[in-house]
Amino acid sequence: MLLITCPHCGPRDEVEFHYGGQAHVAYPEDPQALDDAAWAHFLFYRDNPAGAFAERWQHSAGCRKWFDVVRDTVTYEFLTPEGGSR
Amino acid sequence: MTSRRLGIDRSPGYGVDRDAEHSFTLDGEAHTGLSGDTVASAMVAAGELPCGPSLYLGRARGIMGAGVEEPNALLHVEPRSPGHAAESMLPATTVELVDGLRASWLQGLGRLDETPDGALYDHTRVHTDVLVVGAGPAGIAAASQAAASGARTMLLDEQPAPGGSLLSSRGERIESTDAVAWARRTVDDARTAAEFTYLPRTTAVGSYDANYVVAVENRTDHLPASERPGVSRQRVWHIRAAEVILAAGAHERPLMFADDDRPGIMLAEAVRTYLNRYAALAGEQIVVATTNDSVYSLLEDLAEAGAPPVAVVDSRPEATPRAAAVLEATGVRGIFDAVVTGSDGDGDAGRLTAVTVHRLDRDDVPVGSVETLSADLLAVSGGHSPVVHLHSQRQGGIAWDDVLAAFVPSAPVARQQTVGAMAGTWSLSRALRTGAEAGRRAAEACGFRAEGADSPSDSPQTRDPLADGPRADLDYGPVRALWLIGAPDAQDPAEWSTHFVDMQRDQTVADALRAVGAGMRSVEHVKRYTSISTANDQGRTSAVNTVGLLATVLGAGHPGQVGTTTYRAPYTPVPFAALAGRRRGELFEPARITNIHSWHADHGAVFEDVGQWKRPRYYPRTGEDMETAVLRECAAARGSVGFQDVSTLGKIEIRGTDTGRLLDRIYTGVFSKLRVGRGRYGLMCTPDGMIFDDGVTLRIADDRYLMTTTTGGAATVLDWLEEWHQTEWPELDVAFTSVTEQWSTVAVVGPKSREVISRIAPELDVSNEAFGFMAFRETTLRNGVPARICRVSFSGELAFEVNVANFCGLATWELIAEAGAPFDITPYGTEAMHVLRAEKGLIIVGQDTDGTVTPQDAGMGWAVSTTEDFIGRRSHSRPDTARQDRKHLVGVLPADGRTLLPEGAQLVGAQTPITPEEGPVPMLGHVTSSYRSAALGRPFGLAMVWDGRNRIGEVVRSPVDGRLVDVELTSPVHFDPEGTRRDG
Repeated sequence: MLLITCPHCGPRDEVEFHYGGQAHVAYPEDPQALDDAAWAHFLFYRDNPAGAFAERWQHSAGCRKWFDVVRDTVTYEFLTPEGGSR
Repeated sequence: MTSRRLGIDRSPGYGVDRDAEHSFTLDGEAHTGLSGDTVASAMVAAGELPCGPSLYLGRARGIMGAGVEEPNALLHVEPRSPGHAAESMLPATTVELVDGLRASWLQGLGRLDETPDGALYDHTRVHTDVLVVGAGPAGIAAASQAAASGARTMLLDEQPAPGGSLLSSRGERIESTDAVAWARRTVDDARTAAEFTYLPRTTAVGSYDANYVVAVENRTDHLPASERPGVSRQRVWHIRAAEVILAAGAHERPLMFADDDRPGIMLAEAVRTYLNRYAALAGEQIVVATTNDSVYSLLEDLAEAGAPPVAVVDSRPEATPRAAAVLEATGVRGIFDAVVTGSDGDGDAGRLTAVTVHRLDRDDVPVGSVETLSADLLAVSGGHSPVVHLHSQRQGGIAWDDVLAAFVPSAPVARQQTVGAMAGTWSLSRALRTGAEAGRRAAEACGFRAEGADSPSDSPQTRDPLADGPRADLDYGPVRALWLIGAPDAQDPAEWSTHFVDMQRDQTVADALRAVGAGMRSVEHVKRYTSISTANDQGRTSAVNTVGLLATVLGAGHPGQVGTTTYRAPYTPVPFAALAGRRRGELFEPARITNIHSWHADHGAVFEDVGQWKRPRYYPRTGEDMETAVLRECAAARGSVGFQDVSTLGKIEIRGTDTGRLLDRIYTGVFSKLRVGRGRYGLMCTPDGMIFDDGVTLRIADDRYLMTTTTGGAATVLDWLEEWHQTEWPELDVAFTSVTEQWSTVAVVGPKSREVISRIAPELDVSNEAFGFMAFRETTLRNGVPARICRVSFSGELAFEVNVANFCGLATWELIAEAGAPFDITPYGTEAMHVLRAEKGLIIVGQDTDGTVTPQDAGMGWAVSTTEDFIGRRSHSRPDTARQDRKHLVGVLPADGRTLLPEGAQLVGAQTPITPEEGPVPMLGHVTSSYRSAALGRPFGLAMVWDGRNRIGEVVRSPVDGRLVDVELTSPVHFDPEGTRRDG
């Protein structure tokens, strides 16, 4: 079980968290302005690197805050000791 | 049979108390043993090595190991206390003897005791700075150093006493004292530290991310019966450690030769363990077969015990200095460049009587004439395999070490160290030194200062253990590993059908070769083809031997090029009862009950689980089954008045000046323009445009809304709101609070509901003109309870929902029951609620929808704004989503008016031939909801059907119980399509 450092509450067990997928994928400012391909790209396409990956977590069973981290998808090691809260 | 138990003059007997005798029965026969014995050691001491026969072939087998590596000697153990369950299969080498134990040998397969296990099991969660697994010399040295630094330190060990391999030794000395006494004293000293925990009889079974280690502690099986009550039988430890030190030791490998499985063929280290720890001599005419130097300590010990072996058969071309010295001192005959190629046994019992010995040629092939040695015990050592399981579970690298002839840890795991035999360190002095260093490093990594040289007496590394123990610096010597041992007249391994590789699975070299012949090359494939190392011993004695023989057969340079199978948790079997712990029966999951629950229970409600909530499903009267009760409850709600506890609906209060704006984006409808005092039904979609949740949201004040969600979706929706607010629109002034448990809510439903509400809320004008549909009012009930009453309907009937502070729920329910008595007000449950809503074509998210259904598919385009840019809107114009022939929600009516379609039943075109033998039959859709209806007088349902709205009126077919039923597709609204009943 991962040990995840919530930037507000400190290190907690993975079971307290909700995974939010890739970080920095902003909801488009004006979805109606996108063509179907661009909208589909936003909906369905995400990176899947073997290595460093910026991703979102929510401390859903704690402070309910979302934050971003960089995690190595091979070793599962968190590369950002302090998650940048958004 | 004569006792093989040795007196103190012949064996230290570290593990047993010669003054404490225990009686036990095995297969119904009375036996005795000593306190500290295992069932296996007691039987060895009784001179009885045979155990149950082998699983498939029924071959005679005997005790082969002395610990968890044992493949043969498996026991069924009767319940140890009244009300406990029997243990279905345990290695006899791990079952500690207690007075009155009853057990029987198994033939390789246990049978689960089906009686519920009344024993207590529990779980505990701890955090520690340093966790040391294994209390052998390296582990003790590490733990002692870590504890002395002040770091919180845990030391886990599977054995009842500390010492590990030292318990199997004799004459070993550390710091000028007996090694076993050193182990005990060092652990005792560490225990004086405030933050030190030593857990004997505790096996670390799994190692997970971020140093999360799960261990199982046996707490009562070794205790006298009188001391067991009140203590949990086993405890599962969930340990989070900053630093982990693995000192798990090594297991010896047997040698694979013809008839290598007889009773009397035993691992050399096990023979030594029985001799020194249990004071039991496993045989009297002993031959030792080896590929390495490790057995020479056994030779010395046997000689000292007055039972020198007949001979040692050593694969290496000549005696190493260590071997030569021991042979000279003991006078034992050494046969070098030689190998045991076969065995002979005694009739049915199969006990070993002789072994055959051949010389080896340069290619490891037995040659020349045979020599037969009489023997009742063959002690074998094919080398040692470090117990890399926990290291490997964390993806720590392992590599073949050709010098040690073993897989050893090669790449570290972050914040973990491996020491001792597990790391390939066979010499005691080096194990002590590297252990102590690891302990200090771990403590320092946690911010503690190890005392090191300041206190020499606590620091093995500051003394020279070599000066103390005559054997402390012994090395393992060169190894001549042997994987395929034939005989001059048996050179084809494919025919070696008595060379047992995996004793527990009865698999031989011939079986492994058959797998290779079938094209298997990967050890993972061979494992699955043969089942080698898949038994509950997890191939502790067979896995590496399989790799070695594959490497030889496939011509790989060395076993490392074949690789190993994956090591998976648990390291040793864990009872399901221990994993369950206290989470059984009503503690299995938290049960959420409403304030009104007791009334439901008192009135005979049958409950169903909705998420964690206990909800009344129906209230059967005497003699009623569910169908009858539900029809009655529905008829009451449509004919007069019914009431339902709907407190479980999720409720989220949302405050802030931008709440309306947020809800316009979250819901498909417009909420910012909702007037205070009114509510509106809303649908939520995910960005791909699919229905996600629904519910009615009230506007309490300009900046305050109360959202209701589905019962099961409350937590998900709260997370959803937080996600969008925090990650996309943090500029919005909104805040969310779950208030589900702050409110009790009662739905009062039916034509007479207005009269009931007027009786309980005398201050309220309940007329349709003053209190219209989707409005709500704050009022005070007749009993003085403040209430918020809403006019919402999930049934099509005139209906009200009465919301009161949670703790007033029961009083309010009873008030409504009393006020409704003149109208025979009827409590109804979730089943009737489902029927009533389905009659009106109202969906239940997650039942009629499944994440692929848009509002338009569900016929709910009316709930979708054409102006606001809500989440998912863009997807509704994607080509696939905008198609007019997607699956639509429709109604279904079985044409015969009698058949209840099963939910999930498939629908097939009327002209479609049902020919499954020719391939898949094209499906039109499936039934999502199906009930009997009192109002319709017939069964009916809802379904998702391709192009369904354009097929209304069509008759399709559905297979029910092996026959085809005609089904008419209809509008989803089966009852009161004009909506005349809503306003009463």
